[in-house]
Formats: sequence, C-alpha cells, structure tokens
Amino acid sequence: MAVAEEKTSPGTSEKSTSEKSTSGRSTSESSTSEKSWHGVVLQSLKRNDIRLVPYVPDRVLTTLIRNLHADPFFTTFPAAREEEAVGIVSGAWMAGMRGAVLMQTSGFATLANVLASLAVPYQIPLIMFVSERGTLGEFNYGQSLVCRTMRPVLDSLAMEHHTATRLDEFEFIVDRSIKQAIATQAPVALILSPLLTGGKVFDK
Amino acid sequence: MNSANDTPARNTKVMNRFDLTSRLIAKLKNEEAVIGGIGNTNFDLWAAGHRPQNFYMLGSMGLAFPIALGVALAQPNRRVFALEGDGSLLMQLGSLSTIATLAPKNLTMIVMDNGIYQITGAQPTPAAAVADIVAIAVASGLANSAWAADEEDFERLIEQSMSAAGPALIGVRIDDKPGVGTTRRDPVQIRERFMHGMGVREPL
Repeated sequence: MAVAEEKTSPGTSEKSTSEKSTSGRSTSESSTSEKSWHGVVLQSLKRNDIRLVPYVPDRVLTTLIRNLHADPFFTTFPAAREEEAVGIVSGAWMAGMRGAVLMQTSGFATLANVLASLAVPYQIPLIMFVSERGTLGEFNYGQSLVCRTMRPVLDSLAMEHHTATRLDEFEFIVDRSIKQAIATQAPVALILSPLLTGGKVFDK
Repeated sequence: MNSANDTPARNTKVMNRFDLTSRLIAKLKNEEAVIGGIGNTNFDLWAAGHRPQNFYMLGSMGLAFPIALGVALAQPNRRVFALEGDGSLLMQLGSLSTIATLAPKNLTMIVMDNGIYQITGAQPTPAAAVADIVAIAVASGLANSAWAADEEDFERLIEQSMSAAGPALIGVRIDDKPGVGTTRRDPVQIRERFMHGMGVREPL
C-alpha cells in the first residue's frame, strides 16, 4: 500500500513504455484486448462482488460508465448529488449489497459532512473512485482550487486514499484497497490521476 | 410558522410525529426496515420502541431516503420505510427523482412536515409558506404520493403502500413538538444492530 501510494511525483510514469504517451492524451479509450484503466476498475468491482454503482458523471469516466451500464452484473445509475450516492451505497451495504461511487473532484468536495457523520463514524466501507480534475493541465481555476481541498479533507479524517498514476500498478491498488475497505470497515478514496486516465484537456 | 399550515394545498389535520411513528411501528409484523432521518424524526422512532430493523441517522442530513433506497435495492423482498423531515428532504430533493427512476416496489417514504427546523429553534424552512412537498414528489416522478388527511388516513396509506406497484410517499402535517426520546448516539452499535436486523450479520 505505502509503496503504491508514493508514485505521485512527476516523471515516475514516464518510465513506463506500455501505457501512454506523456502529453496527457489518453490512449486506450475502449475496452479492447489491451488493458485499460476502466477495464481494471470494472473487473476489480466484479471480482469483489460490488454490484451497485451510483455515480455523478465526469467526462473521464464516460467509457467506464457506459461499460457498467452494458454489463447486467451491475446496477448502475446517476444520482443527483454525490451525497445521495453515498447514502445509497451505505444503505445497500448495511443490507448486504456491496457498492462503490464514481465522481469527480468537485463532487468529492461536497462530501465532508457525510463522510464525517455517516461513513466514518458508522464504520461503513464506502468505496469511492474520484476522477481528478484541477491538476496537470487544468484550464479552470476554480477546479484547481477545489482539487486542493480534497486530500486535506481525506487526511483530516485519517481516511485511506491512493492516487493512481500508473496502469501497471492500478489493479493492485484497486483490488487491495477494496478488500481492505471491506475487511477493516473503513472508507477509501481512489483518486484517478490524469497520469492514469489522460484527464480532461483544454479543447474538450 | 403556522402560516405554512394555512395554505389550501395542505387542507389536512395537524398530527403528531411520535403518535404517527408509533402507529407505523404497531403495523410492522414482517421485520420491515425503518430508516429514521436526522434529529426529532429518529428520536421519535427510538421512543416508539427500538427494533433491530431500525436505523438512526446521527448526521448526514437529508440522506434518509437515499439510505432507504439502498436497503430497498439490496433486499427487494423486504419492505423499507423511511421517515424524513421536510427540512431534511429540502436538502435532497433530487433523490426523489432517483427513486422515481429506479422505482423500487418495496419503499414507503414518509415526510414529517411541520414547516420548521424544530430542533434548531423552530425557524421556518424556506419552503414553509410557499411549497407543497407532495406536489414536489409527484412532479419528481413519484406518482403514488399523497397527503394523509388524518391518523386513520395515514394508517390506510401505510397499508396501501405495502402492496403498491411502485414506491409510495406519504406527507403528514405535524405539530411543532420536539421528539419524545433521545436516540443513544452510538453509531457503530446502531449500524451493527441494524445489520443483524437485516439478517446480513451474526452477533459476535
């Protein structure tokens, strides 16, 4: 875990030849035979019997959301707010169904109250995938400011979180983090860096 | 405050939260789940007599319906009731549309509407004098939504909801009395007991 977490410094992923070019453009958009980050998420959810996936969408998450909808294993749907999605998966988990929430950085920023008053004190293994906006080529100043609130909030609640930057270690991070959240009954945030996903760039 | 109760749309009797909650609990014979929203709503659920199938929110204002939706999705064969205050619901009006879209047959939502934030000093909600919660629910896609005219009507609507083809919402006008009891504020025990009540955990 600790090893996987400390790969956020610039340049670490540039040594990887297999995953993508370094200019911030994502390479594999579809789930073909080539391994993709969203394919890893989908397969890891399945392997860990996580069936319920409410989300508030993000451009970067488009392919993942589409593939979740296409797979009858999953019950996946949009929620109006991230808080709502947290409530839904919390209720489902207490009744025996595992879930995860997909969101963007700015959506995470709306969650401090429900993390501190529901997920953490009730010991609910809330699994969150947060597509990271606001860094590594952000074009909207507000997004970059929102992004800076995310890790301090997570750290202030001593919540487990990892920033995934590399495809070669992504499956390890996702699978182990899901298992740890469930085993320790503690929430986890998996932050999907633009280094992993390509992010959202100026012309979109 | 009472200007809220004088609008023609709410030509219904002003009832009492504890009395209505007790009437609901008296009807439950099949280990139905009951989710109690923040504050007085779950205080009166507690006061009506603790059951392992009760879940009490100690924060996360507005999430009673989303949590109940999660329970309902996880256990489609169990009837799930959610008790929420009007002020709380105003924080998550979007959840009404999410529930309408997913349309779980086993979910009954009850809105305790006194038009005030009783617990913080009885200040009127922004909706009190102008909005109709049941009309909002109908417009959000929850066609099976109704005001209870009086206690008997409330009991009739509860019965009706138990065999309805989709989710039901019942609005009740209540007085400005505080909750009768105080929930024991032990989130881990509340969650653990609820999971026993839902049959997904065995006691240690």
